[in-house]
Amino acid sequence: MKAFAALLDHLVYQPSRLGKLRLLMDYFATTPDPDRGYGLAALAGTLDIPHAKPALLRKLISARTDPVLFSYSYDYVGDLAETIALLWPAGGEATHPPALGEIVTTLRAAPKSKVPDLIATWMDSLDATGRWALLKLLTGGLRIGVSARLAKTALAQWGALDLADLEEIWHGQEPPYTAVFAWAEKRGDKPAAARGTSFRPFMLSQALEESELTTLNPADFIAEWKWDGIRVQVAGSTLTPARLFARSGDDISATFPDVTDAASFDAVLDGELLVRGDGADPAPFADLQQRLNRKVVAKKQLDTYPAFVRVYDMLFDGEDDLRALPWTDRRKRLEDFMEKLPAAAQARFDLSPVVPFASWEALTGIRASARGAAMEGLMLKRRNAPYIAGRPKGPWFKWKRDPLTIDAVLMYAQRGHGKRSSFYSDFTFGVWRDDELVPVGKAYFGFTDAELKQLDGWVRNNTTERFGPVRAVAPGLVLEVAFDAAQNSTRHKSGIALRFPRVSRIRWDKPAVEADRLETVAKLVEGA
Amino acid sequence: MPGVPGRNAAETLHAREFYYRYGRACVAAYGAHFRVMSAAAASWIKVTPAGLEVVPGGFVIDPVVPVDRAVITHGHGDHARPGHGAVLATTPTLAIMNVRFGPQRGEQALQYGEALKIGDVTVRLEPAGHVLGSAQIVMEYRGIRVVVSGDYKRRRDPTCPPFAVTPCDVFITEATFALPVFCHPDDGAEIARLRESLRLFPDRPHLVGAYALGKAQRIIMLLRESGYDAPIFLHGAMAALCNLYRDFGVALGELTPVAGQPQAALNGRIVLCPPGALADRWSRRMNEPVTAMASGWMRIRQRAKQRGVELPLVISDHADWNELLQTMRDVAPGEVWITHGREEALARALELMGVPAKALSLIGYEDENDDDAKAPEPATPA
Ligand SMILES: [Zn+2]
Ligand SMILES: [Zn+2]
Repeated sequence: MKAFAALLDHLVYQPSRLGKLRLLMDYFATTPDPDRGYGLAALAGTLDIPHAKPALLRKLISARTDPVLFSYSYDYVGDLAETIALLWPAGGEATHPPALGEIVTTLRAAPKSKVPDLIATWMDSLDATGRWALLKLLTGGLRIGVSARLAKTALAQWGALDLADLEEIWHGQEPPYTAVFAWAEKRGDKPAAARGTSFRPFMLSQALEESELTTLNPADFIAEWKWDGIRVQVAGSTLTPARLFARSGDDISATFPDVTDAASFDAVLDGELLVRGDGADPAPFADLQQRLNRKVVAKKQLDTYPAFVRVYDMLFDGEDDLRALPWTDRRKRLEDFMEKLPAAAQARFDLSPVVPFASWEALTGIRASARGAAMEGLMLKRRNAPYIAGRPKGPWFKWKRDPLTIDAVLMYAQRGHGKRSSFYSDFTFGVWRDDELVPVGKAYFGFTDAELKQLDGWVRNNTTERFGPVRAVAPGLVLEVAFDAAQNSTRHKSGIALRFPRVSRIRWDKPAVEADRLETVAKLVEGA
Repeated sequence: MPGVPGRNAAETLHAREFYYRYGRACVAAYGAHFRVMSAAAASWIKVTPAGLEVVPGGFVIDPVVPVDRAVITHGHGDHARPGHGAVLATTPTLAIMNVRFGPQRGEQALQYGEALKIGDVTVRLEPAGHVLGSAQIVMEYRGIRVVVSGDYKRRRDPTCPPFAVTPCDVFITEATFALPVFCHPDDGAEIARLRESLRLFPDRPHLVGAYALGKAQRIIMLLRESGYDAPIFLHGAMAALCNLYRDFGVALGELTPVAGQPQAALNGRIVLCPPGALADRWSRRMNEPVTAMASGWMRIRQRAKQRGVELPLVISDHADWNELLQTMRDVAPGEVWITHGREEALARALELMGVPAKALSLIGYEDENDDDAKAPEPATPA
């Protein structure tokens, strides 16, 4: 437990991805089986243990502290797990702190009535960091800025494994992953991939440089719309429950039961997860966001934002692995498959159409004219390319439509993180409504390092107020902000949310009064 | 074991009842040996906007504005301020004030343990264990003894003598870390974490934010005791006080100014700077530093994260919760007055112990390194 607690503690404070990888690799290298495997499972969200409710923890601590002192402390600290970890009376130096593996196996075997006593005994034998880590583990949801993907990346790097290989076998393995660690340490063979509903690594595209078009033959490619949803893999099954995987390999089945329930077919499909808008068109991304990251799915969400998958590729058809076939053959199999789908499934799965074009010029025109709510641009796919895991150069290109831009006024600046912590690098900008500025978004990239220094200097010299890491500035600097789409939003004061805003130009020359007005931005909203 | 020693109020109240029935000796024998006295006992000490005024002595303790006669507990900026008519303090505290503000009018040094009559009050200074020169002020007037703790801690510090327990009628205490969540870990273990980070990130400079007076020198000494003998690099604002500590016999080992060093020379090194310089432009000269901060506040994760600290080191020069309560039991005063910090929690704990207590709500004293705006060190480039 000590090593795992130290790892969590370090990860909480570590701002950089590289630093996190370093910490994870060190943990795998220095922690024995099975603890490191359970640690990995806790980070990857695959650890299945009974969770403790906050009410139980409150009960445990109230038997050990004065309630008035507890409430002063909780007010000050703010986080229940941390307050209890710090308040818990230290004492049991004599007892050995339990290993993570011991905690997991004991909890799984214990009857529910014994759990409070077990927790108390462990708490007594741990130090403050250990107690905090234990409570985080018990309450579920570590929230320490490490995704399943990052944890697996660290494991792959540490064991010199191919990440795609690891992803492929991952869902067939169980904590504490001793076979996986043996493989990473070259003590064992690559574990076998599970049959059926397991995750297969995605094929990813590269951004198209428009100058590249002249070197490409249009006859070699097909075009599809690029949808603004989230990329998913549907591992359907007629026997076991179907599963839905995000690009990271995270299993998001539980969040989208409307989709998985309809996937009772033996095939693995690749497509875009979207929610229905008016009629057949998908709704803007903001609507899909209402469905993301929810552990418990309310019926109201299911009704208001029905999800579906717009399918564009097929990896498995029954037992047949199609991935080595050229796109043309896979597409044929996919079209046949989609035609035979029962009506109920058709409401949740439809086919992403191929966009016919004669020349690059014609396609450029098509791309410019398309501004549907959930269209981000076009995808170009080479007709003869197999389905290759990872991001191979050449077979698939994404060709996003040109961004929209507005001139907005800098309103607040916040200190960045890690390398940027000495700079004001996160910028909130707004536009005019009558004679007041309303914030419409936040951008933290798009500028060079040299420009960041200039922006930072400007912020320091024009600060009107400070709130912790945030400074309010006088309305004096205009930023040209580029973004992919503007959408209606009830969560923003301005009523508008921008997709992927970034600073495209700093308009040192432009007076703030000449920046855009809210009405102008509202006209850019899709469907407006 | 209960989290709050002495939380069993019934037991201590019982002890007080013993006192009323059978007198002081019995109470001492019982073990709950707090003196009991009337609340009006020390009416000769007044809370004024200038600070704690000792009326029959004609002086103010740690005044926040210039006064005719000041008695200073220690050299931190919120306790020692310039411009008084006369200043009484320990020799190191006066030397620290000279480094910070230049020579002061009416300087008078008093050694630990020496008694001096000021007006009608007998004054003595005793070590507070907080920083070099820090003192508790022990005062006697008409048979009543009052001790003003100043800032203090109870654990060992290689840079200054330990806190001396002085029994008294009224103990006037600080309460900076008076919440049961503040339990400072062993400082050796915190230093080990810093060195562990150097092992994990051997190419990155380790930038440690630490108060320039006291904390910085203590960290240097703790590093030396742990066997770290490489040169330690210093922000320009640290140099003068480190030299002063050396003059008072604290052997800090090899210290090198950051100024003028090529960037690469700092990789894998420990660099000390004032907390305010951590996120200042000054730190940009370093290549991807690991930012550490040594403070009792680092105990709270949100606090540390807010400051963008990557490696929080829980090292404080103030008493933590258990040390505060232990001090109440050791000093065993008749009553406790609380100057600055989390007064309400300490008052509650004293209530549970059956000790009369009141909060003085003094203004002008800051929490240790509480935030950027308050950090008294100038973040001058060095
Ligand atoms: Zn102090
Ligand atoms: Zn203080």
